[in-house]
Amino acid sequence: MQSRGQKLESSPKRQPAWQVAAALLYAAATALAGPGNGSASPTSVFAPGSTPAHSIYDISIFVLEISAAIFVVVAGLLAYAVVKFRQRRSDDETEPSQVYGSNQIEMAWTVIPVLIVVVLFLSTAQVIHRVEDARRPPGAIDVTVVGHQFWWEYRYPQFGFTSANELHVPVSNASDAMPTFLTLLSADTDHSFWVPRLAGKTDLIPNRTNKTWVNPEQPGLYLGQCSQYCGTQHALMLLRVYVQPREEFDRWVREQQQPATLDPSVAEGRRVFETTACINCHTVRGTVADGRFGPDLTHLMSRETLASGIISNNAANLRLWIHDPDAIKPGSLMPAMNLSDPELDQVTAYLLTLH
Amino acid sequence: MASDSLPLPGSIALTPSQEGSKAWLETVHEWVITVDHKRLGLMYIGYALLFLVIGGTEATLMRIQLAHPQATFLSPQVFNRMFTMHGTTMIFFVAMPIVFGFGNYLVPLMIGARDMAFPRLNAFSFWMTVFGGLLLYFSFVGGDGLYGAGSAPDVGWFAYAPLTATAFSRGHSTDYWALALLVSGIGSIGAGVNFIATILSMRCQGMALGKMPLLAWMNLVMAFLVLFALGPLTAAQIMLMIDRYLGGHFFDTQAGGSAVIWMHFFWIFGHPEVYVLVIPAFAFVSEIIPVFSRKAMFGYPAMVAATVGIAFVSLSVWAHHMFTVGMPSYGNAFFVLTTMVVGIPTGIKIFNWLGTMWGGKIRFAVPMMFCIAFLFQFLIAGLTGIMLATAPFDWQLSASYFVVAHFHYVIVGGILFALFGAFYYWFPKMTGRMLDETLGKWHFWLFLIGFHLTFDFMHVPGLLGMPRRIYTYEPGRGWDIWNLICTIGVFFQIAGVLVFVFNMIRSYYRGTPAGSDPWDAWTLEWSTSSPPPAYNFAKVPVVRSRRPLWDLKHPEDPDWKYE
Repeated sequence: MQSRGQKLESSPKRQPAWQVAAALLYAAATALAGPGNGSASPTSVFAPGSTPAHSIYDISIFVLEISAAIFVVVAGLLAYAVVKFRQRRSDDETEPSQVYGSNQIEMAWTVIPVLIVVVLFLSTAQVIHRVEDARRPPGAIDVTVVGHQFWWEYRYPQFGFTSANELHVPVSNASDAMPTFLTLLSADTDHSFWVPRLAGKTDLIPNRTNKTWVNPEQPGLYLGQCSQYCGTQHALMLLRVYVQPREEFDRWVREQQQPATLDPSVAEGRRVFETTACINCHTVRGTVADGRFGPDLTHLMSRETLASGIISNNAANLRLWIHDPDAIKPGSLMPAMNLSDPELDQVTAYLLTLH
Repeated sequence: MASDSLPLPGSIALTPSQEGSKAWLETVHEWVITVDHKRLGLMYIGYALLFLVIGGTEATLMRIQLAHPQATFLSPQVFNRMFTMHGTTMIFFVAMPIVFGFGNYLVPLMIGARDMAFPRLNAFSFWMTVFGGLLLYFSFVGGDGLYGAGSAPDVGWFAYAPLTATAFSRGHSTDYWALALLVSGIGSIGAGVNFIATILSMRCQGMALGKMPLLAWMNLVMAFLVLFALGPLTAAQIMLMIDRYLGGHFFDTQAGGSAVIWMHFFWIFGHPEVYVLVIPAFAFVSEIIPVFSRKAMFGYPAMVAATVGIAFVSLSVWAHHMFTVGMPSYGNAFFVLTTMVVGIPTGIKIFNWLGTMWGGKIRFAVPMMFCIAFLFQFLIAGLTGIMLATAPFDWQLSASYFVVAHFHYVIVGGILFALFGAFYYWFPKMTGRMLDETLGKWHFWLFLIGFHLTFDFMHVPGLLGMPRRIYTYEPGRGWDIWNLICTIGVFFQIAGVLVFVFNMIRSYYRGTPAGSDPWDAWTLEWSTSSPPPAYNFAKVPVVRSRRPLWDLKHPEDPDWKYE
């Protein structure tokens, strides 16, 4: 990986035009980009933090440099022609000499693009192969991602639990690689998993199994969102990936594996929850609730956000969400259950105990 | 100059006076029943301009919604309908009719024919296109069905399965969408057949294929692409209707159908479609640049070969729209290669246009200004195309605002600029009056500024992770300022278009009379009166070179000596 990046970056130095253009692009890229330098955007494609994103970044910069060089040459010729060959007031009325073409010139501007295409294609094919055909190492974490209208389900088959909307993965560094391999499925329409700093996007398509992988080097929160139009609330189907140091991730896994907390003080709320339609769609492990259409709520309060990452998870928001999901996310498939005020308070209190 | 020998002897003198007062109903009736290629061409163009305003309004509404994060100007439901209708309208009911309109008007005139090969098929094709557009917009009224399921279609202009299945799209909005494309597609196929027959069999004496104007060549290639591309689209619409009404499962994933097969069908249509639209734009540029550079087209055979080459290769690139659907690495690599190969003939074209300008005496009339802007913008669109052809880069950029910026650069920066150039160039032929140059320059600069404000800066949020088709976004992603600039640009574009519309109306009534050959041009349409009589040429012309009027004006140095 590294050797490739260096090779690519060294090539512009031989050509001043390339160098200028590349420098401009680099400046633009860094101004727009990444957490490293001023954090203009948490979702910039120019701030890679995982091998697939790095590979893409390297080939992107290479393509940007070639494009910049082509642009400088062709736009330069165009500007020159426009200035140099404009009709002047002093011109007589005669026509310029008529030139019908030149085989040598045609040949030149055919062969040069052919060479550029060959170079670009070979570099691209190499990156495609490296990212797409990467072998899954034995120690990798598996996560099955299921896209739903309009939220994400995350299953951890190795650990035997399911979570929603906030994906947790371990840090994976060179000395201690533990990449996460994602199996992508869809429960309804097409979706697409896109966390720009970790990897390019891959679609989740019903009746089809797709794969992608990430190996984030730094802990932290990585953002993204669904990027294949999937219906009314495509816009608010956000992605949050929590990259955690190994011990922290292991602790999180152990907590998630536990069944739900049963707190007798909120028995009334639990009764309301289990006797309305809530349990048709939601699972709370260790109780009768085993619906699969909506997010698993076993450890709801271990999550920072609600409704696929659009509001923070606190008592007020939770109550409003249960009362009228459309007020927060119009078009959401969760129905308002028309609970009375006391029932709302009770259910909210119950859900607040699901740590 | 030998312009006093124009129009060609005998071509106008026989034109009967069409003056005289007719009842307006009689006039309307005449236009409705007409089979004249010029009237049909003008109707195509007028129809497309009407839809351009509608589609533009839809775009404006979306840009207002996106100007700020978390705006509530449009609901998600309305926003989703707007982008679906905007895309469908602009491609099928603006871009295609307008290029068919210009082709209809110009091809017979430029090849010295009196009409298209099948005038009644021509009228049929036009009216099918009209009915298609009406069906699409009738969905606002009838899309609800009995379900209360919302009016216009909201499945996106490429309507990926299974969003179009009855489970996800209740009511009739998707049906109207599918039927509109089915019906207008039949019209397009009719037009394609007609162009091919006309160009292959109606050329005047002496006009061998190698002596046709490039516009005729490019419309011929476009017509073949229409035949190849529209078939799969029409087939897909029929399969979709079978799924929705007869219990079929082609795309019904819940019953084992395939969402991916719809993508293949759609893009086997969708990518050649880009060339169906852009090749006529190349055609306008290839006629305008030589005239305003005062030079013959540089490398005519190479231009023809490049056009045919682009058409061939464009049939094998469709899955570059699908780099993210999980194709195997060798599949992705194949489509990277084919897509990049398109860049070679496209590069040849750009260089040939530059070669034509090189050593000329360039006149900066409004048509030429639009063509120069076209060259500059099409260059950038091609380069962002190369970036998107690089599959790994596309894994980041696909379905983001970068893609939206890229294809608007092609369609607005390329095709629409070429079309504006064509309007200024051929309006005198169509109406007999010049468009005002000063207003034209206002139009050009306002639209140029608006275009660059909107679509240059639209690339940025894509690079910063903003997906397309979202009705709102949260602050703090670094997208706000870019979106605001994009929206501001829209109002410059609107101002430019208003100047253009005003210019057309004013010039139609009060413009300088054009005469038959206002640009001192070289192709046959300028040899007859402006506007041409119904039969085009009283005496069918005979040509000896690609530039018959050059030969006429320069008998001492005619082209046919060199070709």
